[in-house]
Amino acid sequence: MVLAAGATLALILFMTLTLMAVILGNSLGYFWVKGLVRYKLTDGSYLMGQLTAKERHALTNVKRVQLKVGNRDLYSQDFRWVDESEVAERDIPKDAYLLERREHGNFFGFLKELRGTDGGAVAADPVSLRRLHQATVQRQQGLKDIKERMSSLNQASERLRLKVQKLEYRGAEAHAAEIAALNEKKAKLTEEFDGLNEQLNQKQGELNKAVAVFSDAAGTTKELPLLEIVQIYQPNSMSVPAKAAAYLGKIRELLFDDPRESNTEGGLFPAIFGTVMMVLLMSVFSLPFGVIAAIYLREYAKEGRLVQLVRIAVNNLAGVPSIVYGVFGLGFFVYGIGGSLDKLFFPERLPTPVFGTGGILWASLTLALLTVPVVIVATEESLASIPKGIREGSLALGATKFQTLTKVLLPMATPGIMTGLVLSMARAVGEVAPLMMVGVVKLAPTLPFDGQFPFFHMDRKFMHLGFHIFDVGFQSPNVEAAKPMVYVTTLLLLLIVVVATSLAIRFRNQMRRKYTTSHF
Amino acid sequence: MSPESVDLSKHPAIIEVENVNLYYGASQALKDISLTMRRNQVTAFIGPSGCGKSTLLRCLNRMNDLIDSVRIEGSIRLDGDEITGNRTDVISLRRRVGMVFQQSNPFPKSIYENIVYGLRIAGINDKATLDETVERSLKGAAIWNEVKDRLHDSALGLSGGQAQRICIARAIATNPEVILMDEPCSALDPLSTLKIEELIDELKEQYTIIIVTHNMQQAARVSDATAFFYLGELIEMGDTKKIFTNPEKQQTEDYITGRFG
Repeated sequence: MVLAAGATLALILFMTLTLMAVILGNSLGYFWVKGLVRYKLTDGSYLMGQLTAKERHALTNVKRVQLKVGNRDLYSQDFRWVDESEVAERDIPKDAYLLERREHGNFFGFLKELRGTDGGAVAADPVSLRRLHQATVQRQQGLKDIKERMSSLNQASERLRLKVQKLEYRGAEAHAAEIAALNEKKAKLTEEFDGLNEQLNQKQGELNKAVAVFSDAAGTTKELPLLEIVQIYQPNSMSVPAKAAAYLGKIRELLFDDPRESNTEGGLFPAIFGTVMMVLLMSVFSLPFGVIAAIYLREYAKEGRLVQLVRIAVNNLAGVPSIVYGVFGLGFFVYGIGGSLDKLFFPERLPTPVFGTGGILWASLTLALLTVPVVIVATEESLASIPKGIREGSLALGATKFQTLTKVLLPMATPGIMTGLVLSMARAVGEVAPLMMVGVVKLAPTLPFDGQFPFFHMDRKFMHLGFHIFDVGFQSPNVEAAKPMVYVTTLLLLLIVVVATSLAIRFRNQMRRKYTTSHF
Repeated sequence: MSPESVDLSKHPAIIEVENVNLYYGASQALKDISLTMRRNQVTAFIGPSGCGKSTLLRCLNRMNDLIDSVRIEGSIRLDGDEITGNRTDVISLRRRVGMVFQQSNPFPKSIYENIVYGLRIAGINDKATLDETVERSLKGAAIWNEVKDRLHDSALGLSGGQAQRICIARAIATNPEVILMDEPCSALDPLSTLKIEELIDELKEQYTIIIVTHNMQQAARVSDATAFFYLGELIEMGDTKKIFTNPEKQQTEDYITGRFG
């Protein structure tokens, strides 16, 4: 018996550790800049890429290697299998470049020509390539002010348009003067916007003149505007510390930058932010509701058929498939409450919905509904586990029921409540299915929290790590190239769960130390 | 039924119980109980388990209200005020009648906060008053010297006997007239029991004490008057000396001499 139990435990541990190892192994290696190998094949053609896998052919038992050849715009596929028998020569060219681009994945090749923003040729060497690239990117960032000004102009003009629409609803004739004034204002804004836009286009066009011409291993040339390039590496001549620095830089990019290339490259910041904010909002909704419901059930409600029924319902709620909650959230929160809110407060924007479409508020509420049974059960259990003597002791001193609850029982129940919260957070972080119906999107242009009044934009859609995994892994145009990203995202999701739960557990243990009854 | 050798002017009646019947749903737990408890005396309730002595004790500060199925008939008066009806202010009654339980039940707070709990919930937060109360109560419960250096440590770290004395201190912090003790020593070792018994002897100078006990030697040692209950009925009440040496009823004698119970 003991042996069987031990073996089972060992098996579970083994599986957990294997899972962790697979995820860690696949994701951590992703950031290491791998060297480029050039192959000359027996048919005379050249290939260059990063070695990603080696195996023996199942039937012929010939060794073959998988190369990531990149250059998707030239070859239309990222990966190539090469049989050893086809290889005539191989070498590791020191001057090969690895370019991370905004589009079409990585480019592997050699620098041929370099032209500045004035269109004049510049010496084609690594140093001037880097310098020119940096200068161009900096000038591009200098345009940010114009862009920001344009975005606020755009928003102001949208507000004016809505105001006009509102007035027109109330009667175009009665408000003719106001409408005219507003329209005039709007025209001014539009004029300024157009001016800025022209300016921006001109500057952008100038910057786009800075190009580098690269050739691939076979000699095909490709003209790349420098602004298209995100990062330049020469992996074959990089030292280990330089690679380590690049590794850290990539982790920084992952944590703080926006995604590129339909999410398969670049950072995860919006998804991390969305996940964390959604879970926090969810806790804000589910914790008080769950705790208050549990207090009512345990402390105030008279034991009877109704209470029993409620308990059964609560326990069953925890077992309902999460997609059902998604459907409910869509029908009740989004179309029901959101739709009514729109009719009441934003009639001028209809038929474009504000709250009548998925958003972070509805998503958190849906998840709160999904996790509230966990909080209720945990709170009830911890209230029930407080010895009767404590309650009587408080009441016998002349405390009211409410005082007893707030001054003695709730503090004592906090560790248990925290356990419930931990469980519910862990569950909420991992849910994807219901979110897809109530507000998660593949790519959200704005965060649900920013510097624009009123700062929290509860109506905005958001990105989520769990959905990101699904999207990148199964919906992206280039699944094979996106695989490492799936593992990285998984790792991050796990990390968030671990961090959130360990914080909560720490807090709980502190509370527990404070409130454990440990006399005799 | 009052004890004979009592100076009635020094020990006037404080609680009068008259024809009390108590039912838990359909079963009757107290049958027509009438008795009087006197000021600054220790009254002990003795009897076998299930005889109703704790139930009666809990009527005196309305702790039975916590049980839904309880129904009480008859009259209980504290200083002449009726305390059984719906119109009684239970909160202020419980401030006048403190209680110490069988299991010591300190709150998971500091010793200091345990003692001032009754004051704080009554809305008293003045630091000087609280400090003064803590010292007075802990001295009154004969535990001041043991805990004065760690007033702000958790009360959960105390031994059973100390925790029970903290509970007594907590009960006297609100200056009640009566202290109810429901088998306060049954979970304690003999030494702690001795300390609590000595304490009861001191406390009766200021308070009226009603103690439920299983231990007949204890009743004989600490109480002035003793009431013997059996199956929900009050069999006999009188001066402790008389009850233990020369009881009127055969049942009392059988119980005291250990023939049953």
